[in-house]
Amino acid sequence: MWLRGFRLRRSLYALIAACFLLLSLSAPPQGSGADSVLVWGGDAEGGAPFVEADPANPLRVRGFDVEVAERIARGLGRRLARFVQVQWASIDQSVERGDFDIGLSGVEDTPTRRARHAVTLPYFEFREVLAVRPADRERIRTLADLRGRRVATLGATIAYDLLLAAHDSTGVVAVSYDDDVHPYTDLVSGRVDAVLLDHIIAQRALRRLGDQAFVILPHAVAAGHYVGVLAQSNAALRDSVDAVLREAMRDGSLEQILRRWDVWDPSQGVLFERVLRGGVADQTPRAAGTARVIAYLPSLARAAGVTLAVSALSMALAVIVGLALASARVYGSGWLRLSATIYIEVVRGTPLLLQLFVIYYGLAGVVRLPAFLAAVLALGLNYAAYEAEIYRGALQAVPRAQLEAARTLGFSEMQILRLIRGPQALRYALAPMTNDFVALLKDSALVSVITVVELTKQTAIFATNVGSWVIPGILCAIVYLALSLPLARLARRLERRWGGWGGGAHAA
Amino acid sequence: MSALLTIDRVHVRYDSREVLRGLSLEVARGEIVALMGPSGVGKSTALRAVAALQPFDEGRIEIDGFSLRPGPVAPESRLVPLRRRVGFVFQAHALFEHLTAFDNVTLALRHVLRKTRTEADATASRLLQALDVDSRAGAWPRQLSGGEAQRVAIARALAPDPHLLLMDEPTAALDPVRRGTLGATLRHLSGQGRGLLIATHDAEFARANADRVITLST
Repeated sequence: MWLRGFRLRRSLYALIAACFLLLSLSAPPQGSGADSVLVWGGDAEGGAPFVEADPANPLRVRGFDVEVAERIARGLGRRLARFVQVQWASIDQSVERGDFDIGLSGVEDTPTRRARHAVTLPYFEFREVLAVRPADRERIRTLADLRGRRVATLGATIAYDLLLAAHDSTGVVAVSYDDDVHPYTDLVSGRVDAVLLDHIIAQRALRRLGDQAFVILPHAVAAGHYVGVLAQSNAALRDSVDAVLREAMRDGSLEQILRRWDVWDPSQGVLFERVLRGGVADQTPRAAGTARVIAYLPSLARAAGVTLAVSALSMALAVIVGLALASARVYGSGWLRLSATIYIEVVRGTPLLLQLFVIYYGLAGVVRLPAFLAAVLALGLNYAAYEAEIYRGALQAVPRAQLEAARTLGFSEMQILRLIRGPQALRYALAPMTNDFVALLKDSALVSVITVVELTKQTAIFATNVGSWVIPGILCAIVYLALSLPLARLARRLERRWGGWGGGAHAA
Repeated sequence: MSALLTIDRVHVRYDSREVLRGLSLEVARGEIVALMGPSGVGKSTALRAVAALQPFDEGRIEIDGFSLRPGPVAPESRLVPLRRRVGFVFQAHALFEHLTAFDNVTLALRHVLRKTRTEADATASRLLQALDVDSRAGAWPRQLSGGEAQRVAIARALAPDPHLLLMDEPTAALDPVRRGTLGATLRHLSGQGRGLLIATHDAEFARANADRVITLST
């Protein structure tokens, strides 16, 4: 017995030791200095020519950002450059946490980024270009021609800010995406009228979808630069990186990298000259003061409205479809019961995210649903499965004897459901339904993947622009609570109003 | 005078087990018949078959000119005449828990018999008063004692004015005093010309109140 205890304890110690070992291996490298490895972060989902998984060896990455990172590591005298995968939109937060030394992945040079982090010299100049359908090439030449039309781009980018700014002057409607593939497929399918993105991304999409798919307009809407981003406290390393970048511009190695990935053009030479002359002045950073927070409040309120609308409409759909499914399971004939059961199990057994993609993108060949409608459908049909199980349980919780008593009194099946079974089941279902609605309110954040800008998405955009999650996060949390708490109160009030019949009051 | 209820050689089988083996009995108008026997002998089954809550396999049941045939229970739409003739008081009362005692009685009056609210309320008041539970009219079923709940259940079953009243183990939850009151109530009902068929294993109650006792044996 003692021996067994000892063995058990020993294996427990071994397990704990192994955990520590794993933790220490995966621990983020702290800062720089004597380390002989440069750890850099990027998003391989961004793909070529930035960073992509090497087709020859998927464990490795390749791309011009990869080679720039390697060039920087060499210039710093580091043994090698190690890649860390990070969500593109989280690069700033991640580098500030110390997950890696430098973020390099088509990171844009913006005033906010300069204010919040240590940013390197620009190493590439990109142009924001408009892509339109071939039929529109004569009609649309600039943003101003897109009055009232939908223009797609990546969320939380310079292009997105450009579109928001243009909304007031030209009335374009900005549609934000989480990836840079679907803006172009949606352009081709007619869901949006134009795409505004970096010229590299536009050219890549054109290669992927074929030369006839869309047209890239020759005039750039704006120009911007890719930079490396480091933690604010890491300015010393940034200065060293800047020195390496200057050297790489001078000795032609940066040009070689860009040529190898076919992204070299004369404007890069102009940029290099300007950098080497010291002519690229730091753009004056704007402070993230109260003025900027207040400027965001209207869009946050609008986004809260979207969240509430999506949730309320989805819940209404979920209740109706859920009731139908529950009735099919409780009252239906064999095949009806079976199909309802299959629907419920399939919907509950697969991720909501997948269902969103299937309804929005997968069905696009058959029916092209607007994003908002697709969001309501996906959420509503998903929650219908859960509601159905609640209603089925609630219907079955009404004692059989009451149903038989009703039959002996001459009520029809419909009357029994309407007058006796339904009202009691509703009471049983109320609490779990309230729960589900609160859960749905929060799950509605998922619909941002199909371009619906709701509360969480708007908060993320807000946070990226002010460079901090603290104030946007608190505001967002307050709005969610303000939406969900009254619901819980309403449910309690209803329960009280429906009297003491279910409350377990046995006083005679 | 023809019988109000005729059960003629009725068989009920569950799988291979025969619960009722050719039960035959009659209940006349104004007569109280007690169906006795140990638990599991088929007393409740017989009542449920008469109320068309479950099928029977052989034989014939006739209630006041309405015939039930062996085989699956007919759809409710075909059972309307039976529902008007037969009231059922369940052992556990089975009151509608989301309605007050009063509304338990009025519900069928209003929605099955299509009476006006005024008529239904008058009938319910009269019945609850006759059964001495009118003071509990506004209470929820969960707030009622066993005896009160039973009297509300009787009032509910009597609301459509059935000729035949079936009761399953009516004394199960009653103390001796309440048993006496119940007996008086039943005799009052038979005095109105109703037939009562009562499943019970309470021999004393049966002897004291029934006109006839039929004992089932396994």
